[in-house]
Amino acid sequence: MDALTAQTQVMAAAGEELNPLLPHLIEIPLALIVFGILLFGVKKYVVPNFEATYNARTKAIEGGLAAAETKQAEADAKLAELEQQLADARHEAARIREEAREQGATIIAEMREQAQTEAARIVEHGKTQIEAERQQAVTSLRAEVGTLATTLAGRIVGESLDDDARQSRVVERFLADLEAGTPAQN
Amino acid sequence: MILRAASGEEGGFTPPGPAEFDLPPIGGSLGSFDAFGQTFEIGVTKPMIQLVLVALLVFGLFFAASRKQAMVPGKLQFVGEEAYGFVRNSLGRDIIGSRDFQRFVPYLFALFFFVLFNNLMATIPVIQFPTFSRSGMVYALAALTWIVYNAVGIQRHGFVGYFKHQSVPHGVKGPILLLLVPLEFLSNILVRPVTLALRLFANMFAGHLLLILFALGGEYLVLEMGGAYAAVGVLAWILFILVAFLELLIQFLQAYVFVLLTAMYIGSALADEH
Repeated sequence: MDALTAQTQVMAAAGEELNPLLPHLIEIPLALIVFGILLFGVKKYVVPNFEATYNARTKAIEGGLAAAETKQAEADAKLAELEQQLADARHEAARIREEAREQGATIIAEMREQAQTEAARIVEHGKTQIEAERQQAVTSLRAEVGTLATTLAGRIVGESLDDDARQSRVVERFLADLEAGTPAQN
Repeated sequence: MILRAASGEEGGFTPPGPAEFDLPPIGGSLGSFDAFGQTFEIGVTKPMIQLVLVALLVFGLFFAASRKQAMVPGKLQFVGEEAYGFVRNSLGRDIIGSRDFQRFVPYLFALFFFVLFNNLMATIPVIQFPTFSRSGMVYALAALTWIVYNAVGIQRHGFVGYFKHQSVPHGVKGPILLLLVPLEFLSNILVRPVTLALRLFANMFAGHLLLILFALGGEYLVLEMGGAYAAVGVLAWILFILVAFLELLIQFLQAYVFVLLTAMYIGSALADEH
């Protein structure tokens, strides 16, 4: 056997080499078995893992997209609501401003009227008071003037015009003449 | 082989050949057997170990990436999800169609990264051997794809219905069918697994051979020939680096094409009409 092997090696060295197209019969089942085991391992432990990861990731991305869409829709709704509220508030403000303006105008008109009334009242009151005071002054002046005139006349004529009745009569007549515009000729 | 023998006689450069891919079993051969008129060693070889390591790496990496299932992924999970999403959407859903693709996603996903990482083994320093330059391993995966797409087709259309579906072009009538039916059968059922396997195998094989050629040729020119040849040798090394980057692209593309075609075969087997 050893001799045969040695001879084969010698032959190989001398150029009696194997045709490379002819398969080494051990290599065929060996390759099949090794690849078969690899295929089994890959099929059972590697591919399911990758597929599971793919599916999970696809789901996660789809879930994320759906969540994002929901959020977006919610945000849109919120925005619309807020805009609506803002518009309402603007409307309200405009309405209040208008109302205030109207109220202000009314108040001003009322106040003006009140003030006019008051002014008229004050003027009226003043007039009455002045009239009364004038009346009073006329009365007191008339008495004063009468007294003074009679005193003066008494001194001039040297006679006391003590008689009140007469005195009064003289004064009345004098004043009546005075008012009539014809001074007494005495 | 003639070239090799001839150069061997001159004591000159021995170009790398298919023997570079026939790695001896680690820790010695446990025996040998004959098949196809050739003698094969029994034992654990480097590409076999790579195959197992890549399977562990692919599972470990993506299990770690997918385990947390975080809504906001970390770096590892993000990379894992991008990689998974790439195969799931651009290779699975877009090719097979959104109705049926989901049950093929594990197969396409495992297949793509299994092939890709095994191809990248050709570039990773120290390892630097494309697992799928071993034809047996490619035949296994191509056969699996062949079984899968035919099985789901038969499941969908029934045994006779499926072969009719694959062999009779839609909307063609008359004697031309005598010509087309065998051709369609040949191309859709028989040739597909062969081209699928050979495309991946040959690309990995040729790419690695090219790299070895540039590396060893450059070494020979620099160390053995010297002088002006040494400059050519350095150029060969520069080309080695450039071709290595090209290989990186091819390693990705071949994994992509392998899985793309698998998805297209499944899609066409499931399609209601052509």
